Amino acid sequence: MHIVICIKQVPDSAQIRVHPVTNTIMRQGVPTIINPYDLFALEEALKLRDAHGGEVTVLTMGPPMAEDALRKALTYGADRAVLLTDRYFAGSDTLATSFALSQAIAKIGETFGTPDIVFTGKQTIDGDTAQVGPGIAKRLDLLQLTYVAKIASIDLNTREITVERRSEGGTQTLMSKLPCLITMLEGTNEIRRGSLDDALRAARSRIVKWSAADAGIEDLTKCGLRGSPTVVKRVFAPAARAEKAEQIETTEKTPRDLADELIAGIFSRQPALEDELAFDGDA
Amino acid sequence: MLNTKQGTPPPAAGRAGMKKELPEHFKDYRHVWVFIELERGQVHPVSFELLGEGRKLADKLGVELAGVVLGPAGEATLYAVAEAFAYGADLAYLVEAPLLEDYRNEPFTKAMTDLVTTYKPEILLLGATTLGRDLAGSVATTLLTGLTADCTELDVDAEGSLAATRPTFGGSLLCTIYTLNCRPQMATVRPRVMAMPQRVNKPIGRVIQHDVPMIEEEIVTKALGFLSDGQSSTANLAYADVVVAGGLGLGAAENLKLVKNLARAIGAEYGCSRPLVQKGWMPADRQIGQTGKTIRPKLYIAAGISGAIQHRVGVGGADLIVAINTDRNAPIFDFAHLGVVTDAIRFLPSLTEVFTHRLSPHSRDKLAN
Ligand SMILES: Cc1cc2nc3c(=O)[nH]c(=O)nc-3n(C[C@H](O)[C@H](O)[C@H](O)COP(=O)(O)OP(=O)(O)OC[C@H]3O[C@@H](n4cnc5c(N)ncnc54)[C@H](O)[C@@H]3O)c2cc1C
Repeated sequence: MHIVICIKQVPDSAQIRVHPVTNTIMRQGVPTIINPYDLFALEEALKLRDAHGGEVTVLTMGPPMAEDALRKALTYGADRAVLLTDRYFAGSDTLATSFALSQAIAKIGETFGTPDIVFTGKQTIDGDTAQVGPGIAKRLDLLQLTYVAKIASIDLNTREITVERRSEGGTQTLMSKLPCLITMLEGTNEIRRGSLDDALRAARSRIVKWSAADAGIEDLTKCGLRGSPTVVKRVFAPAARAEKAEQIETTEKTPRDLADELIAGIFSRQPALEDELAFDGDA
Repeated sequence: MLNTKQGTPPPAAGRAGMKKELPEHFKDYRHVWVFIELERGQVHPVSFELLGEGRKLADKLGVELAGVVLGPAGEATLYAVAEAFAYGADLAYLVEAPLLEDYRNEPFTKAMTDLVTTYKPEILLLGATTLGRDLAGSVATTLLTGLTADCTELDVDAEGSLAATRPTFGGSLLCTIYTLNCRPQMATVRPRVMAMPQRVNKPIGRVIQHDVPMIEEEIVTKALGFLSDGQSSTANLAYADVVVAGGLGLGAAENLKLVKNLARAIGAEYGCSRPLVQKGWMPADRQIGQTGKTIRPKLYIAAGISGAIQHRVGVGGADLIVAINTDRNAPIFDFAHLGVVTDAIRFLPSLTEVFTHRLSPHSRDKLAN
């Protein structure tokens, strides 16, 4: 079984600083990590490989430094890493990103064997869109299974796959066919550390580096800014609220007195709430 | 000025500021559409929130607002259509087929893209639910158009283009995004980000029926079953009137019972900040914030939560925010309305007790007398 997993290198910190004057992101010095959701997908891919045999190829599109994320994925146990990097990809929105990644996956298929499953995380923590997975699926004409919490079974003979998928208010069980694209939810897998062997192999591995041309992308107008129908027109910091919270004075008060005062404060601001809560409380 | 597209285009100003004179064939794209999400016979409330927002956009553009209902023929679809009208839609597109019973990507993508290519909306809005995001991504890619995810604000500019504002970099910044040179302009919005509109007195509208040329045998993916979350009320968190949440300040998993007790006493839902999910103290669907749920309660009580930007974006729509935190400089006090600088672990039991007392029928009778 050949599994391709797409990962993204993202800024680690919640404390991304915003330049006070220009309102732009100051990325310098912010450490990067593999998008946490992608790690769950990677773990699932590795588990499937361990159970059914085959290979896991990890793919990222990004600047040359994204190689670090790939090397990390190799230490977890991935068999091969491909870095898609080219200045033509700069400024890609989700449509352009899904185009570039799908072309690279097609090329990976030609070079290393057609994938049975393509994995992505459910979303990235920087872009947060959850759109790239479905975009890739559509471009490659793969069946798509999103928000998968668990792969219940895979039968490589009949090429059937059954998954449990999170949906609003419940869990849906879907049966589909390979090849397919799966976006993986967090929390179902304990992420492995990777063995010493994997670490040594990762250090020795050569990462496959492809430019747009190497990946067989001929139509550069579909890449980067030019291939992105959405355009960011304005970036700005959220407006600060004018006044701070009204503080309830705490000195020399018992918790009960404090509670009395706080509850009086709540109901004086939301008079209707008292009746509603009393009603709910009884029900 | 309703249809402002006829105005003279301003000079182009760099790529981001570039204004398109819409290509001729895009001028066919008119009207604002809202996907009415129907799952297991229920319309997701986000669809009504979007109809409220869609109404404003349609009025600004001087075009009609339509609801799109996809599902098996029957009461549920008729109800969804009626509800779309009740929340302001002028017309509804209705695709009825047995294969639209349970949500699956293939038939829904097919039905939606067929409708779009036939009837050409200018703007298409979907809820950023699991279903909506699954569908939106494949529809946009099939149509090769732009899609802006998780918008917090939608508007049309002077030239009639959709200006979609969304948080970026975990909520530290907002950006306004345009879809240039492609139609429709697509956006998703999370539940509870837009206010629930009033039902309007508009019980009927036009219904346009459409067929999908697709049969069950052509659909590879089969829905085998659905297990409802049932009694666990996590699905209600986003729609609860009162929410109590705990953060890392509570110190230990067992202290979360203080939050749950308070919630139970006042008929509230409970939630948490992200670190608690990462520590395994609470399930992921109780998380509030950028990567969790957006809530819009009348009252939100946050205990031991610092108020990081990623948490803030999930609670900004609350009517009244109460913060309990030992650190008077915690960022949560910048956006809370009422604050108490005290130890939540000691304070929550008293708060629960006093609330219970005040809300009990007994003490209320006394007050009334
Ligand atoms: C991409 C990304 C997405 C994220 N998404 C989310 C999200 O959806 N939701 C979310 O919540 N976070 C999210 N975060 C995390 C967020 O940045 C913060 O780390 C998190 O909200 C902090 O949680 P906290 O306030 O509970 O903990 P802390 O930041 O540790 O704050 C604990 C607070 O408790 C106070 N305290 C300590 N002891 C007590 C006591 N005894 N009584 C009262 N107060 C006490 C402290 O003063 C402090 O203010 C995200 C981060 C990233 C990078």
